[in-house]
Amino acid sequence: MERQAAYLRNALFDQGYLDEQFLQLEDLQDEANPHFVEEVVKLFYTDSVRLIQSIELTLKNTPWDFEKLDNIMHQFKGSSSSIGAKKVKKECSQFQEYCNVGNVEGCIREFQEVKQEHAALKRKLENYFQLAREAR
Amino acid sequence: MTVEKIMSDSESYDDFPARLRVLAVDDNPICLKLLETLLRKCQYHVTTTSQARMALKMLRENKDRFDLVISDVHMPDMDGFKLLELVGLEMDLPVIMLSANGDPKLVMKGITHGACDYLVKPVRIEELRNIWQHVIRKKRTEPKNQNGSADQGNDNQSSGEGNGSQADRNGKCNRKRKDEEDFSEDNENENEDPAASKKPRVVWSIQLHRKFVVAVNQLGIEKAVPKRILDLMNVEGLTRENVASHLQKYRLYLKRISSVASQQANMVAALGVKDSHFMRTAPFEGLGDFRTLSGQGRFASAALSHYTTGGMFGRLNTPNVNLRNLSPSTLIQPDHGQNITNSISSLGKVHPALASTNQSQSLFQGIPSSLELDQLQQSKCGTGMTSFNAIDNSRLRSRFSDPGAAINSSSNIFNSSTNMMLHGSYQQTMSGGGFGNQSSQNMASLNLDTFNVGVNSSSSLLDSGTIQSSTTQPASLLSTEPFHSQPPMRTTGNSGFSNDPYLQKNPIDISSSTMSLPLEDSREMQYQQGLVGDVQNISHIPSQRWGEQGQSYGHGSTATFGSLNAHVPVSGVVSPLSHSLDQDSGIVNEKMGVFMNGRFAGGASTLMLQNGNEKLASESRAMANDSFLLEQQKIQTVFAPRSYDPLDAMMNAMIKREQDETIANYDFGFDDYSFESGM
Repeated sequence: MERQAAYLRNALFDQGYLDEQFLQLEDLQDEANPHFVEEVVKLFYTDSVRLIQSIELTLKNTPWDFEKLDNIMHQFKGSSSSIGAKKVKKECSQFQEYCNVGNVEGCIREFQEVKQEHAALKRKLENYFQLAREAR
Repeated sequence: MTVEKIMSDSESYDDFPARLRVLAVDDNPICLKLLETLLRKCQYHVTTTSQARMALKMLRENKDRFDLVISDVHMPDMDGFKLLELVGLEMDLPVIMLSANGDPKLVMKGITHGACDYLVKPVRIEELRNIWQHVIRKKRTEPKNQNGSADQGNDNQSSGEGNGSQADRNGKCNRKRKDEEDFSEDNENENEDPAASKKPRVVWSIQLHRKFVVAVNQLGIEKAVPKRILDLMNVEGLTRENVASHLQKYRLYLKRISSVASQQANMVAALGVKDSHFMRTAPFEGLGDFRTLSGQGRFASAALSHYTTGGMFGRLNTPNVNLRNLSPSTLIQPDHGQNITNSISSLGKVHPALASTNQSQSLFQGIPSSLELDQLQQSKCGTGMTSFNAIDNSRLRSRFSDPGAAINSSSNIFNSSTNMMLHGSYQQTMSGGGFGNQSSQNMASLNLDTFNVGVNSSSSLLDSGTIQSSTTQPASLLSTEPFHSQPPMRTTGNSGFSNDPYLQKNPIDISSSTMSLPLEDSREMQYQQGLVGDVQNISHIPSQRWGEQGQSYGHGSTATFGSLNAHVPVSGVVSPLSHSLDQDSGIVNEKMGVFMNGRFAGGASTLMLQNGNEKLASESRAMANDSFLLEQQKIQTVFAPRSYDPLDAMMNAMIKREQDETIANYDFGFDDYSFESGM
């Protein structure tokens, strides 16, 4: 169990899903905060869902409010970088770039990427936490 | 156990960092939670909120509740930079900015808005471990500022005024006086000392300043060292440090005067001789006035204090009338507040006597209070102007002061200029009226000491600014705006001291006002004030200003001015001014006119300038202190628009005038300044 959890965790790092910020989170976890990492990740997913919904809503209204989109994505980027969600962060930046130049197609495409990465990471982290919990 | 672990982990922290009370603001819940945990890990006391408004509310409720604020830049309800500014202004707490965006432009923006630090997300714990240094740093500079006020007067005040940054700047300004290096150290030390024990501020009364100047002259300005001066003065309760700082200011004043004088080459040469005399005499009067002024307005002081320059100015004023001239303009030019200080210093150490910040402050107070306030407020630009004017004025003045024209005159000029400046400059730093204010302020302060004489007049001018209005015309120039007008001048130049006229005027105004001291203090003051204000208005008038001042010349001068500046129906203006001033202020009038011209919207200023010029001419003849100032002013004013050459011509003209004896009175010193600025 423990080995599996560890393996999964390493894979996340190796595959670029997580970066050193995640390590910081883990460092903060201690006896005082035993489930810190998990709590933060949960918080991230709750919040990011809200953000995604907000973006979708904005995309429905034409003409697009690029500034608003950029703002939302900025938030998204901030959150994902805080937990070390490397790939998600990257897609967010990309989306922002398309926004800045007003590239509608690019934005739509990129937004799909963001959602995909976001979902993928969520799955993997959930697995990991499960294993880690069972290992304890 | 956990705590122990944490304690052991953190390499034996002092108590302080451990209980730092931090307020964390971030609308992003993940970042906020992360930040909170990180800060807790550093053993800080953390309070979090996701709304900037809530944060402000918490801060306002209890200003002592937090030591440090960390805030995100992008927030929905309020811009992070705005919060940063508000916190800095209201609570003066260190603020650290946080953002996912690490763009250098944003970082720069944070710094310019006053952030202590700028962190990029995701934040690492190492970065947070060091934030307590910002709190310590801020706390360290503040007490110094407050204590700075001991003898240092201006120095201290300036430091005291602003927070660390201001103090530092002021300190630096003070330090810039190269000659005063040793004294700077004294000042610095004094700054430190006060932190421990506040020393009572020394007020450099006219008598005291007189003694000081006597002592200095006895020893020789080059060889005058505080210790020996102190011994010679033989005053109880006076410490070497007091003398040292006063000497510093005095030297600056002298320098300034001489630099101004050099500008005016001809004028200065002639007048220059008088400087020493002037300085001596001036102090007496100046001091008196100075004090008076101080009493008058708190505003001024406030304004002054704000502007170091003002203080500088003030300081300058007293030492010598010359300073007045110098200071106003010099002061003004320098950065607005800070510059002024520099300028003042450049003006001359003369003020050292004045230096005691008190004086300058008082000067300002007295002067600015009435007029300056308006002016001060008028524009920050004024400051620019003021400085500009100040410089001009100073030039004008310096010329005058050199001759040492009866101290009165110089002081007056100075005072008036200061007053003027003060008036004008006070606005913000003398921004609009700035010039007038500043100068006036400075003048006030400066004059007070030495110039007190002048100052008095100037202050009176300032105060009388309103009175001037009674004089009507010029007053209109002067009085109408008396100090406002100053700013107006500036307004044109608001952005910059484009309003030369203003500058010109202002200094002159002040000087004229100060000059008038001997004359009729009140009246002169009025003019000055008016001038100052007017000066501002006159903006273009630099020459015009003179016209007004020439009032005393009034008749004669007016004509002269008319020709000189033509701008303003000066004659009309001038006359009124001169009328009031006539008596003594003749000179003042001119000055006033001069100043006024600047201020007054040109028309008046021209008059003033003319007057001033005229006066200058006459004065130059007299070479009395008064004339010196006036002449300078006049010359300056007359030429104002032009540049100094015309001034020389004016000087000559004035000299001729003197013969006519119409002008004679002008102390104009101010006028010159105003003109100069105009020029």
